[in-house]
Amino acid sequence: MTQSVQNLAQAVQQRFADRIQSCTVNVGEVTVVVAQPQLLELCQALRDEPQFGFDTLIDLCGVDYLEYGAGETGAGRYHGPRFAVVYHLLSVANNQRLRVRVFLDDQHPRVDSVITVWNVANWYEREAFDLFGIMFNGHPDLRRLLTDYGFIGHPFRKDFPLIGNVEMRYDPQKKRVVYEPVSIEPRINVPRVIREDHRYMVVDHKDH
Amino acid sequence: MAEIRNYTLNFGPQHPSAHGVLRLVLEMDGEVIERADPHIGLLHRGTEKLAEGKPYNQNIGYMDRLDYVSMMCNEHGYVLALEKLLGVEAPLRAQYIRVMFAEMTRILNHLLWIGAHGLDIGAMTVFLYAFREREDLLDCYEAVSGARMHATYFRPGGVYRDLPECMPQYKVSQWHNEKETRARNENRHGSLLDFIEDFTRRFPTYVDEYETLLTDNRIWKQRTVGIGVVTPERALQLGFTGPMLRGSGIEWDLRKKQPYEVYDRLDFDIPVGVTGDCYDRYLVRVEEMRQSNRIIRQCVDWLRSNPGPVVIDNHKIVPPARATMKDDMESLIHHFKLFTEGFCLPAGEAYAAVEHPKGEFGVYILSDGANKPYRLKIRAPGFPHIAATDEMSRGHMLADVVAIIGTQDIVFGEVDR
Repeated sequence: MTQSVQNLAQAVQQRFADRIQSCTVNVGEVTVVVAQPQLLELCQALRDEPQFGFDTLIDLCGVDYLEYGAGETGAGRYHGPRFAVVYHLLSVANNQRLRVRVFLDDQHPRVDSVITVWNVANWYEREAFDLFGIMFNGHPDLRRLLTDYGFIGHPFRKDFPLIGNVEMRYDPQKKRVVYEPVSIEPRINVPRVIREDHRYMVVDHKDH
Repeated sequence: MAEIRNYTLNFGPQHPSAHGVLRLVLEMDGEVIERADPHIGLLHRGTEKLAEGKPYNQNIGYMDRLDYVSMMCNEHGYVLALEKLLGVEAPLRAQYIRVMFAEMTRILNHLLWIGAHGLDIGAMTVFLYAFREREDLLDCYEAVSGARMHATYFRPGGVYRDLPECMPQYKVSQWHNEKETRARNENRHGSLLDFIEDFTRRFPTYVDEYETLLTDNRIWKQRTVGIGVVTPERALQLGFTGPMLRGSGIEWDLRKKQPYEVYDRLDFDIPVGVTGDCYDRYLVRVEEMRQSNRIIRQCVDWLRSNPGPVVIDNHKIVPPARATMKDDMESLIHHFKLFTEGFCLPAGEAYAAVEHPKGEFGVYILSDGANKPYRLKIRAPGFPHIAATDEMSRGHMLADVVAIIGTQDIVFGEVDR
């Protein structure tokens, strides 16, 4: 398995040398980072060329890097592009996987839709739009998917509070459901900490 | 002459065969579906966002609640992703236990599916039969974890505890007198493994019973043969996995192709369909139950003869035994740290996938080195399947939509997350 992962990484590196930003291998997974303008061309090639043969898009998700690397205090925050879209590809023909990441603009996250390459992207892109506000060029039907009808905001962005902004209840006077600002307080049971001292670096336990 | 136009029909969210909370907006020409627009998200709880606010070990419970008919398989995906990033591997006995319970979960899932799918398209009895066997398997869940559904049994580094030596017993009640209770407890006097072995002996006969009811049933065939046909090319394009993909004739099973845990040491076959219609997917799932039964049997045999640890002894990840805390300072500290702070994952990302009863269940963890996931993405197998409802139901009758939703094996806990 590890050998084939290295081979795949090399093949991607050779084939797309100047058009990708990086190609790395970590925990047995190949990750390709590509700039937004080259994305569609890369995906098309990854699907059609027999040495890659990525016939299925397994997953597509948005990521908001706003607080990446920051503890509960906000120290040590990461500086870089805020949004990214991560694609997980699977080749049923060649039995291999690949991850493609594309970083997007902070203010207007916008990326080409891959629906034409993999039809399954339709709902995944709707989901990423709904939860992160990422726009997909050329998507035929970019509507909200998971949140309520008439929902405001993009809930999986890091600056969207976990408790939300509005709560709803049935109002017997008005005889309908009403929305009001949330009445609960945000609560952190376990603070977020990043340990830099490698105490969790573990050695492989083979003694079973 | 009056103008005849298409009309739209709201299907669900309170329809009994909408499998929970699916709202389908159907555009119809007479009784023929022109377009189907599934509206999902009525069960959206924001699991992924909630998980970002909890330490890794507290998130296992959320996984049970995703696909609430195959609980342990969800845990399996999550735990494997954690282990991948931590760089640890569960002891061999734990791997066998996990595989055994994953396969029992597969049977649990397929039993609920066959019952609900049957009920949807007019077969009542199979539902009652399927729930009779589910009871036995849920008792195994109870014996091993204390909970009948949301087990939280798989932990990073192994499983919560070893298999127990006794099974829960029925008690005498106003509905069952002492004699009946004794008969019901007949096969519960031994250990959990004895009970499971007894189950694997009985189970093939049960599957024969379901097949007698359905496989050659004229009505069943009329409702499923040629309905919702998906070609192999389209199945890949639409992101199908699991029985939905195998029903279309593509032999793809992660247990064989990318084996995790001990699947490469076990002997089992992968059933594949031919035409890709609802009937083929039914046959695939029924055969999968038989194959799972085979795997469980092999695991039972191995587990009987190979005692050993069921969890690694790295107390940075796994809490020490409760008893040792009383006189060991180190254990007390480890215990305190684990339950107040959890453990940190090295910065990086990992994607782990398991062959869930419904397809590929994947967990993508993006870690920035903290004790909580920075981003947790759950790749639910049902999500692309329900997205294909439009394509699968076009040109079919309204009643076939029910068969198509049934064959997709949709559970909204995982689709909406």
